[in-house]
Amino acid sequence: MKYSYFPGCSLKGTGRAYEESIIPVMKALGAELEELDDWNCCGATAYMAVDEVKACVMASRNLAIAEKAGNPEVLAPCSACYLVLNKTKHYLHDSPPVAHVVNQALKTANLTYSGNTPVRHPLDIIVNDIGLEAIKKKVKTPLKGLKVAPYYGCQMVRPYATFDDQYNPTSMDRLFQALGAEVVRFPLKTRCCGGSLTGTLPEPGLLCTYIILKEALKRGADVVATVCPLCQFNLDAYHDQIAAKWEPARIPTVYFTQLMGLAFGMDPVQLGLQRGFVAMKPVGQAAA
Amino acid sequence: MFELTRTIKYEADRVKGFGREVTSVPGCENLETCIQCGTCSGVCPLSIYMDYSPRQVMALVRSDFKNEVLRSHTIWLCASCYACTSECPRKIRITDIMYELKQRAMHEGIYPRKFPIPVLAQEFTKMAHKRGRVTENFLATILFLKTNIMAALGMWKLGLGLLTRGRFPLKWESIKRRSELDGMMKTVDNISIDALPQAQHHGHKHNGGH
Repeated sequence: MKYSYFPGCSLKGTGRAYEESIIPVMKALGAELEELDDWNCCGATAYMAVDEVKACVMASRNLAIAEKAGNPEVLAPCSACYLVLNKTKHYLHDSPPVAHVVNQALKTANLTYSGNTPVRHPLDIIVNDIGLEAIKKKVKTPLKGLKVAPYYGCQMVRPYATFDDQYNPTSMDRLFQALGAEVVRFPLKTRCCGGSLTGTLPEPGLLCTYIILKEALKRGADVVATVCPLCQFNLDAYHDQIAAKWEPARIPTVYFTQLMGLAFGMDPVQLGLQRGFVAMKPVGQAAA
Repeated sequence: MFELTRTIKYEADRVKGFGREVTSVPGCENLETCIQCGTCSGVCPLSIYMDYSPRQVMALVRSDFKNEVLRSHTIWLCASCYACTSECPRKIRITDIMYELKQRAMHEGIYPRKFPIPVLAQEFTKMAHKRGRVTENFLATILFLKTNIMAALGMWKLGLGLLTRGRFPLKWESIKRRSELDGMMKTVDNISIDALPQAQHHGHKHNGGH
């Protein structure tokens, strides 16, 4: 199966390791990712705060380019991109005036939007389409003894909750169990990481981050696994500030695709694991 | 030893029609059915930092306290985690109402000035519009230079850490067809969404920068 791949800005910058791990992992599972031609920023949460209609125009250009590309589905790994692209689809469906303006704008670029291309998160595709049985067959080095805190964040499960429960999602839990890892109980799995507040207002922003890291440590986790580049950045990059403000809460935070790659026997450097601020111990030594 | 303070809001200071204006925006209609249960404030991870809790914002909007709402820190502290929207027993799209209020505060220029969050939203939008993509590290740099140079200096270690880990791109990300995107945005500027026949979009009078 071939997917139109919408990387979003983060996967080309601070979240490179997500891209570096998702492409080989999907390839190993028989899925090819074709990067969307000349894709633009989804608009994220910031654009919605300034101008909702223009935010929809930004997102819809991508949706229209994806329809032109002709692959049946769009794969959006970043939670914010995933949410904004889906939210725009809802707006275009629910609000005729917004749809009218968007269609006029698309026309000037010789683009059209029909709404027939679903935007999906790779976790959904991996767990529900490819399936855990197929994944188990690919496991070469089971993640034995590795205790993982599955952290889903907010925007992949809320507000639409298309493929998992919005209060207690379990897709990632089941995935890591299939990889041979131990999943710790993690009730904060969908609590907000602070989003962009970590960069604008450290006190409220970093408290959100600190609480999640501390809880993961208290639960005995070796590593936190994320599905979103902003969650990964917040949980990984601010350890110095958190230690200065409260206390050290050092624990590595990796992408779920990096853990999959490790279980598939891929090289940690190829998966971008060296890009984390807190290094993950090689599997097997983690429990020691 | 300690001082108890209380802000008094006067009925006479209300801006008649504000609540009606907001609830007429598509997606914000359910606000009228709010039962003031406070679930939104309870689940909000940031409500402890807010001047008005989400529940209070809902009440203030509905009762036309426009200035209090648009000047509040609350709307800018919302990080869009949608916990309130998911949990609201009345299915009020609280996160979307917060977006609507942010747009109005920005349009009227009455957001709290020293707050870096609206600056981030504006700079993000500018960069996304101009280049089609956002280079996060440059965005962060611009933000710090515009709001808090001291904080920028404090961030050198983080920047260096990103650089050595290959997570700090040194060139701008841009789309190829920038004029195409610009043309699309100009088209939006030239359409008045409120003049459209089916438009019930009273809330978008400020759209499009005209």
